[in-house]
Amino acid sequence: MTEAPLEAARSTRRAGARAATVIATLLRISFAEAIAYRSEFVVWILTTNTPLVMLALWSSVASEAPFGSFGQRAFVAYFLVTLIVRMLTGTWVVWHMNAEIKSGTLSQRLLRPVHPFLVYASDNLASIPLRGLVSIPVAVIVVSTVARSELTRDPVLWCVAPLAVTGAWVISFSSMLVIGALGLFWESSIALWDLWFSLYFVFSGYLFPLAFFPRPLARWVAVSPFPYTLSFPVEAVLGRLSRADAFTSLGVQWTYGLGFLALALWLWRRGLVRYSAYGG
Amino acid sequence: MPRYLRLLGVQLRMSLLLSMQYRLEFFLDALMSAFWTASAIVPLVVLFGARRTVSGWTWPEALLVVAAFTTLKGLLEGAIQPSLGDVVEHVRKGTLDFLLLKPVDAQFMVSTARFEPWRASNVWLGLGLFAWAFRALGRGPTWAGVGLGAALLLAGVAILYSIAILVVSLAFFVVKVDNLIYLFISVYDAARWPASIFRGGLAFVFTFVIPLAVMTTFPALALLGRLSAVHGALAVAGAAAFAVVARVVWVRSVRHYTSAGG
Repeated sequence: MTEAPLEAARSTRRAGARAATVIATLLRISFAEAIAYRSEFVVWILTTNTPLVMLALWSSVASEAPFGSFGQRAFVAYFLVTLIVRMLTGTWVVWHMNAEIKSGTLSQRLLRPVHPFLVYASDNLASIPLRGLVSIPVAVIVVSTVARSELTRDPVLWCVAPLAVTGAWVISFSSMLVIGALGLFWESSIALWDLWFSLYFVFSGYLFPLAFFPRPLARWVAVSPFPYTLSFPVEAVLGRLSRADAFTSLGVQWTYGLGFLALALWLWRRGLVRYSAYGG
Repeated sequence: MPRYLRLLGVQLRMSLLLSMQYRLEFFLDALMSAFWTASAIVPLVVLFGARRTVSGWTWPEALLVVAAFTTLKGLLEGAIQPSLGDVVEHVRKGTLDFLLLKPVDAQFMVSTARFEPWRASNVWLGLGLFAWAFRALGRGPTWAGVGLGAALLLAGVAILYSIAILVVSLAFFVVKVDNLIYLFISVYDAARWPASIFRGGLAFVFTFVIPLAVMTTFPALALLGRLSAVHGALAVAGAAAFAVVARVVWVRSVRHYTSAGG
């Protein structure tokens, strides 16, 4: 009588242990790869310089007079935190997927008994320590210098922040997976990424705080997924939103993130049927 | 010289024939360029929605800088990046040998190898922005201003090209540098802002190290009739010097090249 559930529990535990080993191994491989190509990697990190340019620009604007609710110090804090969040959540998996689909090297990936999405994710996550080399010193500067007074003192918002950053990564990564999976159907799907990215630039708070949008437009922006990829975690850290808003945003964010992930998985399954048809 | 002009004609025709096969790309690229230009303008709209002037620049004047930025970006993406991006690949695979063996100048060959006219929709958008800016200003530029502005835009192209050559020359020493071009493009993005907005160290870098100011702010100032002839001449001379340096570095780098074949 008790044998069956016990056996089931044991096999789940075995499967869980196996998954943990697989993920740990994947992460180790990905980290080694990131280290191997470190000079190339550093160059990629340096291409994320927009927040610093924007910091110079807006703080110079604010040196004449505060802009909206942002003084010079607030802009410094805003764009440094933006840089950190961007470093922690940045992904470029859509380019990998596109290249692999076009060149056919995806076939090798499909032979492995692991879902490719898992490998892509580990590649991405393993690069975070290296990117941390840039973002952690920045974080120290933010905390220890002038911008310190701009950070929130609300412990609840500090608890929300890590979830918000994780959610931002899930949205960024899954939306890339969706567009990458579309590459199985459509050759020029990377153009769609370009379009998505140009919208992200304007509506995520990457170039300026979203509070600067006129109110009717701001309401539309809040419904789009873009603020949840960047602006929301940044504003949580800076204490620029209420607790209630933070919890609502968290809900919207994770709904978007998991929704994109489900869509990506579905598209991937449908697309692979076509891929094997012409991949040979 | 006529030989090189004829060669340029042939290369252009080849590129055109090749890109005629990808007509859909034209529409996609035009659409994308429009989106990116709009995203470049949005922060300006936000900024000038609340301020009349920023660092002494009004909205239509700042728009002139964006126009110069967009025009140059079109030339960079349509004429410079495609062919020079290939060089890195040639060096890595060792196929540069085929180009070096030809009885013409190698720099000329690699620089004219591939044009992508469809990628140049930004040029038209940029020209449109110039027109829009002058409409908003309520007056046209003077002929002298147009002449100097055009000369400075050409100087800007020369600088962009020289930087690209310098980056590509690195490929002879470091194996994987294709992303250095992306780094440069990401830095170039800062050129959409009038240079005087930046202060301190950044202002120095953007004027002398990576002369973004010369590329986009100077042409705008020239069109407004605010750039002195001396400054204009200095900028053009600086661009020429940049080109000479790039040439010297290229020649030395090619000498360093030992093909993958041995």
